[in-house]
Parts: sequence; structure tokens; C-alpha cells
Amino acid sequence: MCLALPGLLLEMRGDDPLTTVGRVSFNGIVREVSLGFLPEARIGDYVVVHAGIALSVVDAEEAARVFRELGLLGEAAS
Amino acid sequence: MPPDPSSIVCPVSTADAEVITLGHGGGGGLTRSLIEGMFLPAFADPALEARLDAGMVDLGDARLAFTTDTYVVSPPFFAGGDIGMLAVHGTVNDLAACAARPLFMSVGLILEEGFPMSSLRRVVESLAREAAAVGMRIVAGDTKVVERGKGDGIFVSASGIGLVQVDPRPGPDRIEEGDAILVSGDIGRHGVAVLATREGLAFETEIESDTAPLWDLVQALLDAGIELRCMRDPTRGGAATALVEIAEMAQCTIELDEPAVPVEPQVQGACELLGLDPLYVACEGRMLFVIPPGQASAALAGIRSHPLGRSGAVIGRVGERGTARVLMRSSIGSTRIIDLLSGEQLPRIC
Amino acid sequence: MKYVDEYRTADAAKRYAEAIARAVTRPWTIMEVCGGQTHAIVRFGLDQMLPPGLSLLHGPGCPVCVTPAAAIDQAIAVAMTPGAILCSFGDMVRVPGTGGSLLDARARGGDVRVLYSPLDALAVARAAPEREVVFFAVGFETTAPATAMLVLQAERAGLRNLSLLVSHVLVPPAIEAILAAPDNRVQGFLAAGHVCTVMGVEAYGPIARNRRVPIVVTGFEPLDLLQGIHMCVRQLEAGRCEVENQYSRTVRPEGNPAARRAVDTVFEIVTVSWRGIGAIAQSGLALSRDYTAFDARGRFALQKPIAAEDPICIAGDVLRGRRLPHQCPAYAVRCTPDHPLGAPMVSSEGACAAYFRYRDGAAAARAVQG
Repeated sequence: MCLALPGLLLEMRGDDPLTTVGRVSFNGIVREVSLGFLPEARIGDYVVVHAGIALSVVDAEEAARVFRELGLLGEAAS
Repeated sequence: MPPDPSSIVCPVSTADAEVITLGHGGGGGLTRSLIEGMFLPAFADPALEARLDAGMVDLGDARLAFTTDTYVVSPPFFAGGDIGMLAVHGTVNDLAACAARPLFMSVGLILEEGFPMSSLRRVVESLAREAAAVGMRIVAGDTKVVERGKGDGIFVSASGIGLVQVDPRPGPDRIEEGDAILVSGDIGRHGVAVLATREGLAFETEIESDTAPLWDLVQALLDAGIELRCMRDPTRGGAATALVEIAEMAQCTIELDEPAVPVEPQVQGACELLGLDPLYVACEGRMLFVIPPGQASAALAGIRSHPLGRSGAVIGRVGERGTARVLMRSSIGSTRIIDLLSGEQLPRIC
Repeated sequence: MKYVDEYRTADAAKRYAEAIARAVTRPWTIMEVCGGQTHAIVRFGLDQMLPPGLSLLHGPGCPVCVTPAAAIDQAIAVAMTPGAILCSFGDMVRVPGTGGSLLDARARGGDVRVLYSPLDALAVARAAPEREVVFFAVGFETTAPATAMLVLQAERAGLRNLSLLVSHVLVPPAIEAILAAPDNRVQGFLAAGHVCTVMGVEAYGPIARNRRVPIVVTGFEPLDLLQGIHMCVRQLEAGRCEVENQYSRTVRPEGNPAARRAVDTVFEIVTVSWRGIGAIAQSGLALSRDYTAFDARGRFALQKPIAAEDPICIAGDVLRGRRLPHQCPAYAVRCTPDHPLGAPMVSSEGACAAYFRYRDGAAAARAVQG
């Protein structure tokens, strides 16, 4: 369910928290997205967008975890 | 309390088509059911039953290719082109897929009351310019106007006649196991450029339609001595549909290598965002080639040296004969089946 | 594409698959709840990379598949009302109710529009102030905030010609229902990462403890799924029953508090019926008392039709992970994406359509026998 995609937050607009929007780039495809539920988002963040709503900021540190643990698995196996 | 399993029943669809739906025009399974269930039996002609991009008929010593198509793109003007360009390019490419030099074309215009004269002039100028650029004459035409609300601004119907340049002609019956499959450029740009303008989906993109006339590219390969065993112009339904059709007509397996299929980053971005598969997104200026394996690298060099083929690639090969199917090896090394889409490809949200 | 392509690499996938094979010592059955995960598993052939004995069951997580036919019939009734505009998502408009789909309704003259975001309905309503615009709101916890945002912004803007047909459903009650079934086979769950992006992970703690089942919150790319399976297998092998978060780059333990607040404001939890499954207590959302003015059911005279159902179709079993799509006698015979008998064959995310699209019958049969 729930197709959601991380995109790069390029710009933010609006001072009312409910109607704050951002321009988010998905590989160069730019779409206006509601930031109403993501007040912590900052320009340059990758935000996860579902149905035009930004729901989460991608944590760059945690994003590498899948590869870190793969490295540990390799060591355990050898 | 969980529901009683015996009460579980599945809803039946009553969607057996009693009326035409948009899916019947999507180029996938529903379109095919119309063609096979109604048109081919009714018209029963060997040139039609060959199911090529154009029908081929002999006239005296000449072998002619004859094609017709109707253009209903909405909106009629989009990034990188307009409906007039599409009509010429579509005609040229259907003929080129039969190795036929485009010669003559007819144009039928269905105009909606209220359509701006300036817009019509732009479309007509496109038709004239693009046809002249490939040396094709527009020799017949028709104009109809429908009441406001009964059309979508402008529809264009076009037919074209070309002279087949090679014997034997290209076609799926000439495909052999081991043949290479090439595409003349990255896929899906046209579909994404048009989607970007749709109400409710609107997004910003620099992607322009790939619409282009490919006869010059095909002729360059013929001149270079490349044996073009089969060609197909992947429009509605995209490269996937064209390849499934080739596999079915040739009764062969086609093996694709997903990472080798050229897709522009923005096209990928739009497809990921909307849940579409670029393999099913329409192109209007791309050709699929089936070529003997020994000529694959020469053909690729020929394609890439042409301005319309810079992003061309070898994307797969023909496997065993006897089983009609398209298999694709994914980026993680697994294999999946590529089949016809059912109906139109719709953005998915879930 | 950043945060997408790097999770689709062959070498890492192979190493995860090998790690899973090393970890498995006996047969296990794991359910991925979410249709998006089913789609990725079948599209990338991940189940073919798993060791024999490790089975994946596909859960009820395709929101358009579980939307009741009666709700679709109501949406069609709205679409066929003169002057009304019915908006929904692309995958929703193809699913049949009892009398065809919304696309069929469009073919018969209904004004049906496909939107990417519920918020796009605001523009539709503003552009046609003389017409009634209805958004058919389906989906799980991930989508409910988008619907809530539509309601809040419509309220703020004082839009009087916009209303909603709400058919949202919730995941944890469905997992509970599956586990409570007497013939349940599921030993571990991959929970849907994007649902947890909104809701966090707290709802799963009691389920994992009380039902003695490991739950791994998992993402949607091939490496996410393989890592999630690996984490789940390790718990099963060690006899642990914990909630773990594979998708930590996106899912915070508390979810998205602002989105949850909006959902709590706009909706209330109600008992709803799931297509193919039946009623599940406290498993859906309806507009709360303060927002009933936005309920399309109050603006249109909508009847509740009785669904006619095909007894041969096993959609209910497929949605609950009891059987696989090709075990249905109608699969690929009477039931195809062109002529679907059941909703899972309609949505591209439905398990039956995913099977049909990405593999042939022989490959599917081999996967089951293996």
C-alpha cells in the first residue's frame, strides 16, 4: 500500500503551518508538496512524500544501516 | 472475533465490456481483444492479419506499405511537440518500421467548434514542415467540425503510403534465436511530457516529448548494410507492449536486461512518483530493432552516430523459439515476465 | 535516484539472500502485510531468492482491494449524479463495485477524475464552484493524513462544494484478525513501513508480546525487504518476539505526531467491513462529529446495495494469506486483469494481479512446490 518516495526539498513557502508547501524534486521532476505535517523539514532534506504530503525526513545516518549490517554479515560468515 | 471463513466470498465483476472504455484504446489487452475479436475477423485480409505497423501490398513491381492512425493527444500542444508533429512522425515511423520510404500522406482534421484559428494554424504549419522535412507529400485531406463539447479541440487522422526498400521485407517471421534487440534511444519521454500537463497530476519537468521521424535513421542503417530483421515503433503501451507483440508474432522468447534499458533520470523520477513502469510509457520517436548478433555492434554504432539515436542501446536478445514470452532480468538479478497491460496505465497511489 | 537505486543492487541482494539461507534451520511462514511490498517482492522476484521452507504470505494491505464494493457503488452513484465530480486515486477507479468500476461509470458519462493528491481536489472544487466535488478517500494510515489535510484546508477556505466519501482502514486490527483466526499460519510479520512513518511502532508492541510473534517494520525496496526478512528469521530462530524497525531511515518510533493529531481531529475509529474478509472491529475511520458536514453521504441520497459475489473466487483467502493467488481455480482462467472476478486481480498492487503480471503459471507453481 502507500506508494511513497523520497525527494529533495528545494524551496519552502508559506507562514501558516497548515498550508506551508515545498517544492520537492524527484530526480528532477518537481512537485508542490504539503509540509503541513513536517514542520522540522529544511531545505536540502530528503523528505518522504505520499499523495502530495511530506510525512518524514530521511535520516542519512540510518540510511546507510542496511549496508553497514551487510558488512557485519560478511564478516560473520567469513 | 475473526470473521467466519465460510462467509468469505469474492465480489464478481460485471465489467464484461458492453460499452467502449478508455482501456480499449490503451494499446494493451483490451485493445487487442477488440482487434482479434472484432476487426480482424470482419476485415479478413492477409496484409492486415500480418499485424505489422503498416500493411504491405504488392502493386505491379512495387511493394507498398500503407498505414493509418488517429491522433487524439490531450492537450494538443505539449513540451517538445504538438498533435501535427505526432501525426507526421507517427505515419513516418509506422512506414519506417516496414523499411518503407515515406511518400504520400493524407490528413483528416476533426475540429471542435470554438477551437482557436491560431492553434489550427500552428498544427497545420507543423504538419507541413515535418512532412516536407522527410520528403513526404500531403496529397489528400478532409475537414469536419463537430459541435462544442463533442470533441477535444482537435483530432487528426492520418494515412500514409511508402515504398518498401528491402526484400525480403522485415517482419517477425524473420527473427532467429540469438538475434540482438536494440532500441534507438531512452524510453518513455513522450508519455511523461504529456502526463506532466494533466490536471491532478501536474508536475514540473524539463522532459520534452521524444517525437521524431525515424526514416532517416532507418535508412542510414540500411545503407550501412545492417540486416533489419524486424522493427517496431513503440507508441501506446510503450516498449513492453511492442516487445510482447513481437514475441507473440514470432513465437519466441525475448530476454531483456533491465539495467540496459535506457531511461532518463526524470522519466524514472516521474514513474517512481506515480507508480508507473517506464517500460509501458509511450514513446513517439523510438524504434525497436531485431538484428543478427554479428551486426549488433555495427548497428549500435550506426544508431548512436545519428542525432536521433544518441542514447540507443542493446537491451536484450531473442531466446528460444516456440514459447511466446518476454522475460526481464532485473537490477538485482532475478527474472520476471513482461506482459500486456490491462487497460490504460493509471497512476497508483497505494 | 537517491535513496532508491542503491537499495536495488544485485550484489547486496545476493549477500542478504545468502545470509537468510544461513540463518534458516527450519520452515517458517512470514507475512508481508502491505500490497506495495507484495508488488516489490513479485516484481523483483525476491521470493525466488529465499531458501526452501521459508514462505512468504501476502497480506491484506492493498487498500483498493479491501474497499467494500458497496463503497465503490456509492462512489459510482455520486459520479452519475448530474453536476457532481468524483475524484479518487488512479488504482481506485479500476476496481469494480457490484455494477462495474468508476472507469465504467466514466464511460457511461460520469465525471470521474484521477488525482495524485487529495489536496488537488481543492483546485477542482475552486475551479467549479457551481458543482459538487466529492473525494473518494481510501487507504490506510499513510493516506489518512492526506485526507485529513484536505478536510482541514477545505474548512479553512470555507469551500462549500467539497465533500468526502471516506473508506479508510487501519492495519493493526487486520493483523490481530489474521492472528486470531483458528487456522492462522503466520509466524512473523513484515509491518508496512509507510504506515509506521505516520503511526510509529507502538501499536505493534502488544501484538508481538501477546501473540508471541516477531514484527519487523520494513521498507519497500528489495534490500529493505531482504533485510526485514533476515531480521524476522533471526527472531524466529532465536525464539524472540519483538518489534524491530528495519526502515529506521524513514520511520521514527513515535511516527509523525502532527499527522497523527490531524487524523485524530478529523476522524473517529469505527467498525468497518473489509472486502473479501468481512467486518473487523474498530478497523476503520469515519469523519468525526465535528466534520460530518463534509460527509458526502449526507449530501447525496446514497443507497447501500447488496454485493453479488462469485463463489469460485478465493480473494478472501488470498487477502488473509491462507492461499496463494494461483491456487484459485479461477486464476488466469476465468479471472484475469482484463476480466477480474476479485479485487486483488484488479489493482496492480493486488496479489493476484502481481502474480499474473510478473510470472507465468508454471513459475508460480514451482515456487509453491519449492
